[in-house]
Amino acid sequence: MSKRQIETLVGLFVFLGMLAILFLALKAANLATFSFNTSYPLLARFDNVGGLKINAPVKSAGVTVGRVASISFDNKSFQGVVTMDIERQFQFPTDTSAKILTAGLLGDQYVGLEAGGEDKNLQPGDTIKMAQSAIVLENLIGQFLYNKAAEAPPKEGSGSK
Amino acid sequence: MVDFLAGLGQRVLGILQTLGHATAFFVDLLASAPRSLRRPYLTTAQVNAIGNRSVVIIASSGAVVGLVLALQGYITLSRYGAAESLGLLVALALVRELGPVLTALLYAGRAGTSLTAEIGLMKAGEQLAAMEMMAVDPRIRVLGPRFIAGIISMPLLGAIFSAVGVMAAYVVGVLMIGIDAGAFWSQMQDGVDVVKDIGNGVVKTIVFGVAATFIALYVGYESEATPEGVSLATTRTVVVSSLSVFSLDFILTALMFTKH
Repeated sequence: MSKRQIETLVGLFVFLGMLAILFLALKAANLATFSFNTSYPLLARFDNVGGLKINAPVKSAGVTVGRVASISFDNKSFQGVVTMDIERQFQFPTDTSAKILTAGLLGDQYVGLEAGGEDKNLQPGDTIKMAQSAIVLENLIGQFLYNKAAEAPPKEGSGSK
Repeated sequence: MVDFLAGLGQRVLGILQTLGHATAFFVDLLASAPRSLRRPYLTTAQVNAIGNRSVVIIASSGAVVGLVLALQGYITLSRYGAAESLGLLVALALVRELGPVLTALLYAGRAGTSLTAEIGLMKAGEQLAAMEMMAVDPRIRVLGPRFIAGIISMPLLGAIFSAVGVMAAYVVGVLMIGIDAGAFWSQMQDGVDVVKDIGNGVVKTIVFGVAATFIALYVGYESEATPEGVSLATTRTVVVSSLSVFSLDFILTALMFTKH
């Protein structure tokens, strides 16, 4: 093989490899949806953040409008403080409420924002006033059992024979 | 008893000597690599020998691994009603672990052995000694270009492996089994991170490329100048490279993927 041929083949190989990396980055990973838009932070205080993780989506009306930037614990109010990065193009009124919701029955948790009717919008760094905690399955089951037990008092002697 | 202790001591000293020797060789190789680049064609020819000729085996192995992963993953995932996550499962497994490791093993078998045999035979035929006689440093002329070519080729081969594997999983998952194509890709894009997963995967292949190429060159260079010596060296290249790749992979995974 001539020098020129080998160089062409090597060029082809390098091109193929680059193409593979590009395919992985664009098609298999999130580079295409990676936004270079600037975002602004919003805070929300929850009594219980449940299984919320950093980078979890923040959705409004089912559309992702931002990501959870950080989760910390406020040692004064004993609440979980969730900082969310919301994309600059989305503005929310001051009486917006935040909920921690679960995708599917046992899926990942995300923050749902429900816009209110105020005229003024939330400014960067503001705290969302109304925040509903995550539903913890154990608490739910505990409550359910407790209610069941209160509803139907145990029958006399049903358990001992 | 004294004999036993003496034997043990001898062995330990021998191992230490080999390690020290290998390290010195590695430093030499790194130092001479830039000077090898003065003749870029030498490296290009080696990329052709190492990279181009490995593409077919890497791509076909990647395809088979992707097919099998998709079939097996589907069986388990469908029990939990999470068949849509198949794309994510296959992509993460390939990009993080299977792609780099299997590529490195195939690379050691396909390219490492040929490097070792070539260098070993050059040494047995006293070609390296002849070069030195002509004041041509064999490290710059022979070893350096092969080393650089290996480091260039491995990440590209690893990426080809993973990409072909993901496409094969698409064929099985979407075209054969009938998972929704949109869910297949969107779940994958949601869970695979460019820097954390793909970037670290590429870093892994580069590290494996350095290790496997270095071992092949070192073992070949240090092989005994006999037919048996060369055959022994070829075997040793495969064994040592594979074990190094596994242990390096464990260390790298522990460093890269344990924290979230």
